[in-house]
Amino acid sequence: MSLFLTQLMNGIGNGAIYASLALALVLIYRTTGILNFAQGEMALYSTYLFWYFTDRGMPVIVAILLTVVLSFIGGAMIERVVIRPVENSSPLVLVIVTIGMFLALNSIVQVQFGSDIKTNLPRAYPRHVWRPGDVQISTDTLVLVGVLILECLVLYLLFQHTKLGLAFRAVSSNPESSRLSGVPAGRMLMLGWALAAALGALAGCLVIPTLGLQASSMQSILVFSFAAAALGGFDSPVGAVVGGLIVGVAQSLTTQYIKSLSDIVLVVPFALILIVLMVRPQGLFGTRRVERV
Amino acid sequence: MSALLAVSELRAGYGAVRVLHGVDFSVDEGEVVVVLGANGAGKTTTLRAICGMIDGQGRVELAGRQILGRKPEQNGAAGIAHVPQGRGTIVDLNVVENLRIGAYTRRDKEVDADIERWLSVFPRLGERRDQQAGSMSGGEQQMLAIARAMMARPKLVLLDEPSLGLAPIVTQMLFRTLGDLNREQGVSMLIVEQNANLALGIATRGYVLETGTIVTSGSADELAGNDEVRRAYLGI
Repeated sequence: MSLFLTQLMNGIGNGAIYASLALALVLIYRTTGILNFAQGEMALYSTYLFWYFTDRGMPVIVAILLTVVLSFIGGAMIERVVIRPVENSSPLVLVIVTIGMFLALNSIVQVQFGSDIKTNLPRAYPRHVWRPGDVQISTDTLVLVGVLILECLVLYLLFQHTKLGLAFRAVSSNPESSRLSGVPAGRMLMLGWALAAALGALAGCLVIPTLGLQASSMQSILVFSFAAAALGGFDSPVGAVVGGLIVGVAQSLTTQYIKSLSDIVLVVPFALILIVLMVRPQGLFGTRRVERV
Repeated sequence: MSALLAVSELRAGYGAVRVLHGVDFSVDEGEVVVVLGANGAGKTTTLRAICGMIDGQGRVELAGRQILGRKPEQNGAAGIAHVPQGRGTIVDLNVVENLRIGAYTRRDKEVDADIERWLSVFPRLGERRDQQAGSMSGGEQQMLAIARAMMARPKLVLLDEPSLGLAPIVTQMLFRTLGDLNREQGVSMLIVEQNANLALGIATRGYVLETGTIVTSGSADELAGNDEVRRAYLGI
């Protein structure tokens, strides 16, 4: 039982990371209608920045904050410079653009920061494992879950209780009518990308020190995050969080209990997703559009 | 003295297809002007060009200032409210949120009071404050789109076929409300319609648009008495 609970905790910790990135995917999907395949590599670039700052002796917390702020700005610039010119193109073009960004960012980090594994990333908090009963709970799990809760709270307050958030939701729903009411739609799209980049940066800075940083670090994480978003529904922030946690827990329990699958951990979460999507194609929390005309 | 909205030699289209071939008309302060025309005459294109949703050439002046080439959000902020054809509401927001978006460019403190006022002008909306706009009936959505436009305290409201897809009784009520708004609030309106009967009933003046040019103009009464207009648009 304690083993089960320990693995459950680990799963929730991993799931919190998938949930953060899935939230970022949902933000961009809701505003620009794009599945952002470059989300993981955006976070990767941010994490390299974080490594660069701490390698130059910057205190960890300051480095994280600076990375998140720079990523926020960088995300807005990507929307303005890369996405805006093609925003009205076909979905296929948009997918190709984000895949192109994926490849470009991946190559840029290797050229700019070197292709060796960076193992000297400092942690933002000391690693400690509590053992209430026989269950093991690490600071990793607590910090990751705490950060996820904080992110959700900030996003909730922003979207539900500010004029900016209202305008953001309006543009996601009907850009044309929003612009006619004087809402600067372009700036809202930039905000969506900026928030997504900042979320990815935070996730990267927290999780990568436990994994080691190299050009491929974010790729499996992104796959799980995509799975989480698909499971929860691409247009639902709540779905992203729940989906992330489900995928994380399914992954860690599979590794623990099904020995024959421990080398192919992708199987169970994806089988789960397949089943859910066969029953609810829009995801667990996604809205099937019901509109009367 | 210049008109509130003066359109001259307006040309616009989509890609290589030219829809408007030099359109001239004006709306004075406090007027309701109706533009009649069949499907494809260029009515919607005219409104879209005025508020900057598509590019156009020529002149469009709001209170004497050229506004052609500005973005829709700039024109929205400058006092032109546009109720687009069919889907003027933001379907994922509820009624009150829609009204709040309408007041996006306002900086005064009377927004909440105005929301209450419009909810009492349209009691159907008042009963559905927290309902998602997308789940309301066509008539209710059209009311909401108009109330949202009014929340901006616009100088000029552009209405694109407000009667489209509505039951006749709802359409009648809608035009009665528009007439009241014009009389009581002094809002200037530019309405494009196929339903000439009701539109001329509340209009001051009107124009007839055919294949991208204005072919007839006159007071609402003159148009209603014009044989050609009666045959083509009044179904008499």
